[in-house]
Amino acid sequence: MAAILPSDPAATQVAPVRTGRRWPLWLLALFTVALLPFAIGSDYLFSAILVPLLILSLAGLGLNVLTGYAGQLSLGSAAFMAVGAFATYNLQLRLPGLPMPLAMAGGGIVAAGTGLVFGLPSLRVKGFYLIASTLAAQFFIPWLLSQYSWFSNGNDSGVVTAPPLKLGPLDLDSPAGRYALTLTIVALVTWGASNLVRGPAGRAWIAVRDMDLAAAAIGIAPGRAKLFAFAVSSFILGVAGGLWAFTYLGTVEPAGFDLDRSFQILFIVIIGGLGSIRGNFLGAAFIVLLPVGLSIAAGVLAGSQVDPALIENIQKVIFGILIIFFLIVEPDGLTTLVDRALRTQFRWIGSRKSGNQE
Amino acid sequence: MSFFLNVLVGGALAGVMYALVAIGFVLIYRASGVFNFAQGTMILFAALTFANLVEMGAPMLLAFLVTFALLIGSAFLTERLVLRPLANRSVITLFLATLGLSYIFEGVAQIAWGTQVHSLDIGLPDEPVDLFGLSISSFDLAATAIAALLVVGLALLTGRTGLGLALRAVAADPLAALSIGIRQERVTVIAWSLAGFVALVAGLLWGARSGVQFSLALIVLKALPVLIIGGFTSVGGVIVAGIVVGAGEKLAEIFLGPVIGSGIENWFAYVLALLFLMIRPTGLFGQRDLARI
Repeated sequence: MAAILPSDPAATQVAPVRTGRRWPLWLLALFTVALLPFAIGSDYLFSAILVPLLILSLAGLGLNVLTGYAGQLSLGSAAFMAVGAFATYNLQLRLPGLPMPLAMAGGGIVAAGTGLVFGLPSLRVKGFYLIASTLAAQFFIPWLLSQYSWFSNGNDSGVVTAPPLKLGPLDLDSPAGRYALTLTIVALVTWGASNLVRGPAGRAWIAVRDMDLAAAAIGIAPGRAKLFAFAVSSFILGVAGGLWAFTYLGTVEPAGFDLDRSFQILFIVIIGGLGSIRGNFLGAAFIVLLPVGLSIAAGVLAGSQVDPALIENIQKVIFGILIIFFLIVEPDGLTTLVDRALRTQFRWIGSRKSGNQE
Repeated sequence: MSFFLNVLVGGALAGVMYALVAIGFVLIYRASGVFNFAQGTMILFAALTFANLVEMGAPMLLAFLVTFALLIGSAFLTERLVLRPLANRSVITLFLATLGLSYIFEGVAQIAWGTQVHSLDIGLPDEPVDLFGLSISSFDLAATAIAALLVVGLALLTGRTGLGLALRAVAADPLAALSIGIRQERVTVIAWSLAGFVALVAGLLWGARSGVQFSLALIVLKALPVLIIGGFTSVGGVIVAGIVVGAGEKLAEIFLGPVIGSGIENWFAYVLALLFLMIRPTGLFGQRDLARI
C-alpha cells in the first residue's frame, strides 16, 4: 500500500515545475498564428477546427490546474462544462440586457461553486479515490440538468438553441466572429490562469501536489489550496462549457458533456503535458487534428468506402496506444518534446526558457 | 411488503454481478497495485469473442478456452508492454495507462467482431422461481450461485495456496517479495489472467442476461463505487457492497424515483460511495493502512 502514501517519491513526480518566463518571441509567434486564419478565412477552418480546438484547450487548462498543478485527479470535467453552459444560458435568459461576456463569466462562477461542492471530499481522500467524487458529479449533474426542465426553460427535449452572439453593436454570429470571440476569451482566461499558477496560489498547489504533509509544514493549508484549485479549475471549465454551447455547438444540451468528453479532456492534458499551460493547446490540437488526419489517411488508402465505425475504432486503438506511449516515453507530454526539439534546433530561443527544470 | 422484498432481492442479485466485476479489480489491485479501468472493456472483449466464436459454430467449451487463452495472452502483453515499463510510477499514472488499455481493448474487440448486439444463450433457464413466497428469476439464482462459487474458489486460491501467498506477498511489499525470490512479473501475469477469467465469467453471465453489446464495458463504472464502499482489498467486502449497491439503487429507483425523477440508478451508487468516503474512507471491510488522509 506504500504506493499511495505521500512519502513515496514516485507518486509525487506527477509533473515538473515550470516557472520560467516566456521569451517575448513566443508571444509574437502566437499572435501571428492566431491572426493567420483571418487571412485564410475558410469557414470550415474556423468552425470545425479552430473553435473546438481553442475551447478544448481551455477545458484542458481547467483540468490541468486541478490535476497537473494541484495533483487532484478528476473524471468529471465535462459536468462542470455543462454547468457553465446552462448557467450562462440561464443568466442571459433571466437577466435581460446582461452582456454576453458577463453571462459567460457568471457561468464560470456558478461552475466554480459547483466544483467547490464536489471538491469537498478532497479534504478527506486523495489520489484516485477522488475519482468517485468527480464521477458522481459527472453522472449526477447531467441527470439534474435534463430532469428539471427549469434549466432548459421548460424545453421538453432539454435541447435549447443558443441565442445569436451579439456584443453591443457587434454581430459575432459569423464563423470568423465566433472564432474571434472564442480566441479573445480563451486568451484572457489563459493569461489569467498562467499568472495564477506562477503566483502564490500556483506555488501552493504545486507544493500540495508534490507532498501535502511538507506543504502543511511550511504553512500552506492543503485543504484550502485544494478547494481553491477545484474552484479555479471549475471556473475555467465552466467558461469553456459556455463557449462550447454558444460559439461551437449553437445549442445548449447535456448530451455533449458526457463521460467521453471528460476522458477527452483528460487525454488532452496527458498528451499535452501535466503542469503546463502550453501543453493544453498542443494536446487539444493533437486530439482535434488526429481524427481529421485519420479520416483523410483512410480516404487516401482505401477510397471512400471505409466504414466510419471502423475508423472510429481504429482511432480508439491509436488513442489508447498513444496514451500508454506518452506515459511511458514522455510523461511530461508534447510540450516537453517540443521544448527539446526547439532547444536542439534553435538554441538561441531555448536558452532561458526552461526555468528550473531538471 | 412482498413487493418491497421482491425489489430488494432482485436488486441484490444484480448486485452480485457488480461484485463479480469488482472482484476482478480486487485481484489486480492486490497483486500489482493497479486500479484497472480496463476491466470493463475486458468483459466486453471476452463476451464479444465468446459470442462470435459460438455463432461461428464452436462448441461452448472450446469458445470458452479460446477466449480465456486470448485473455491470458493479453495479460502477458499488458505486463510486458505496459506495466513493466511503468514500474515504480505513481498510482495515477498506472490508472491512466489502464484507461489507454481500455480504449485498446474496446477498439480491438469492435474491429474484430463489429458493433452489433449479440444475444447469448449459455444454457441457463430464465423462469420465475417461487422461493419463500418471492418470485425470483432462475437465471439470477444460477448466476448468483456461479458468482458465489467463483468467489469461494478465489478466496481459497488466494488464502490457501502457495500462489495465493505469492500474490499477497507482492501486494504487501513488492521489494521484499522480490528479494525472497518471488517472480513479480509472473505473479502479475497470473493476477491479470485470473482477472481475465473473472471478466470472462462476468461477461458471459451479464451478456446472457442483457445481450452482448458495448454497454457491458460500462459495468466498470458501477464496480467503482462498489469497490469504494467495500474496500479495495477485501473480496468479502466487495460482495457485500455489490449487494448493497444493487439493492439500494433498485429501491431508490422504485421508491424515490417517483418523488425526484427517474434515472436515479445512474448516479445512486456514486452518491452512496461519496457518503462512504466522507464517513468511512476505508470502506466496509478495507484495511486501515490505506492511508487516505
